[in-house]
Amino acid sequence: MKSVALHSKLIKILLKSLAIILFFGFSFSSQSQDLDETKQKEGRKLFKSLCASCHKLDKKLVGPMLGGIEERRENSWLLAWIKNNAALRASGDRDAIAVYEEYNGSAMSAFPQLSDQQINDILYYTTVGDPVKKVVAGAPVAGGVGTDGGGSPKWILYLLAGAIVVAFLMIAGLLKQVNELKGKAKPEVQSNLKRDLHELWEGLKANTFLQVLATLFVLLMGAYVAFGTIFKVGINEGYSPLQPIAFSHKIHSGENKIECQYCHSSAKHSKHSGIPSVNVCMNCHMNIAEVAEGTVVEWDGITYGKEELDKEIAKVYVAAGWDPENLVYTGDTQPIKWIRLHNLPDFAYFNHSQHVKVGGLECQKCHGPVEEMDEMYQYSPLTMGWCIDCHRETKVDLKGNEYYEKIHKELAEKYDVEQVTIAQLGGLECGKCHY
Amino acid sequence: MKSLKLIIALLIFVSFISCNNKRTPQVEYMPDMYVSIPYDADDAEGLNGNPVNSKPVGGTIPVGGHPSYDIADTPEGYEKAKIELKNPLASSEENLENGKAMYEIYCISCHGKKGDGNGYLSQAEKFEGIPNYKDRDITAGSVYHVLIHGKNLMGSHSGQLTYNERWQIIHYVEQLRADLLK
Repeated sequence: MKSVALHSKLIKILLKSLAIILFFGFSFSSQSQDLDETKQKEGRKLFKSLCASCHKLDKKLVGPMLGGIEERRENSWLLAWIKNNAALRASGDRDAIAVYEEYNGSAMSAFPQLSDQQINDILYYTTVGDPVKKVVAGAPVAGGVGTDGGGSPKWILYLLAGAIVVAFLMIAGLLKQVNELKGKAKPEVQSNLKRDLHELWEGLKANTFLQVLATLFVLLMGAYVAFGTIFKVGINEGYSPLQPIAFSHKIHSGENKIECQYCHSSAKHSKHSGIPSVNVCMNCHMNIAEVAEGTVVEWDGITYGKEELDKEIAKVYVAAGWDPENLVYTGDTQPIKWIRLHNLPDFAYFNHSQHVKVGGLECQKCHGPVEEMDEMYQYSPLTMGWCIDCHRETKVDLKGNEYYEKIHKELAEKYDVEQVTIAQLGGLECGKCHY
Repeated sequence: MKSLKLIIALLIFVSFISCNNKRTPQVEYMPDMYVSIPYDADDAEGLNGNPVNSKPVGGTIPVGGHPSYDIADTPEGYEKAKIELKNPLASSEENLENGKAMYEIYCISCHGKKGDGNGYLSQAEKFEGIPNYKDRDITAGSVYHVLIHGKNLMGSHSGQLTYNERWQIIHYVEQLRADLLK
């Protein structure tokens, strides 16, 4: 019976694969038959460089969708329109005026530099489109098994607890042996855990050395726990709240190489580096509604693939009140409730522009390798000691600062150094940051 | 019974020092000293429930600032700005230098290092169809208009740049265009 079942299964698989091979074979051969690759390539290049800022093949953008445009319009009309649509409209062509009105009078640029051949290449590309990519096997599976978010410290603690238990058991064994050697041991009638532990307790009570050791141990552990807890108060190193949108700095500033200050633009002028408003997102995402194929983000222990990430971009549209179908703002906006990570207490003054613009520091100096983070976390402890360490070490660039030249010179002589540090300039005075 | 107590004590001890959940912030000692009385930028609560970072009142000018841009975002407005607006800043070395620095933050991703529309995002085919500066008939005024209102798929960059920075960028863009036209 088993072999029969296996056999029928095999045949099924064979038939299926044959069908697939036939299907793909046909589709590929039919494509390769009438695809003029050089023409398509040339057209694609021109389309990407000249047309793609306003047109897409598969949907409406600033201008109409262009896929299959050759079926909808005469070739001669298209040539005239692309070369100089204003002239075509001026000549009283009804279709041309209708298109112009439909798109609220946003005029298309004229392309007199294009030859008929080039325009036909572009039109050819709009008809055939991009070659269909083969199905990518082993694409990143979304919703995979999550990794443990806790990290290593927990693991070490369990080990520690285990070690303590083992130590206690060893002491118990030792005590038992001591008792036996002293001859106090009763003949072992039955091995009873409860009785053993009772003996251990009795032995502990009798042994002064062990008592002192245990007290010391408890006190030390207590001190460790107490200090550990107290020193963590207000220190949020590693804090990484789950943001409302799975925004990945790794994708934006790492892979796409967008400058930090493109979005955090107030860092150069203001105390705050600021969380960008949604319209900054929309500067790019008006165009980019879908992530590129194969983009993945590690988010809360889950691997987000294209499907999930496209939904995250849709959240931006909801916030901005953008209608991605009709490409208009509806005015129904909803602020994104980003959760703030870095927060200095109010009694400490910190100014981003002083550090970014005047000091010329890289953002990564304090914020860590942000361009590698899917989930943003607080890299530095942001404690006073951490501030002061840097102020003690960092030398001040005095060039091009005529106003303070004399003071700088005197200070350098006073401290007998070539370049004064921030600390020597007064960067450690209480009033510089606390007032 | 004693062993049970011991185990419980150990468990409590372990759970106490192992609670380092990265999703929750640590305890604040005396929150009064942490949270400022004035409104924070981008505060969730805002001013009377309204967002803090809202538009300034129409017709107001900040101290040391400039009147807001009032040419409408229409094709006519574009033509008007193209002819009428002139760069108020001199094309000095300092202005060009800062213009370059700003260009390399805000424009370079798409428009490219040389202004030929061949920036990184364009090369990676994430943002396509970026025009070459030399193919477009642009003036200082038209660039300023586009920086304020955006054009086609380019969004407004007025919020990210100050008045002076915009004009400094324009000096640099004009220099790039002149180099491309050579």
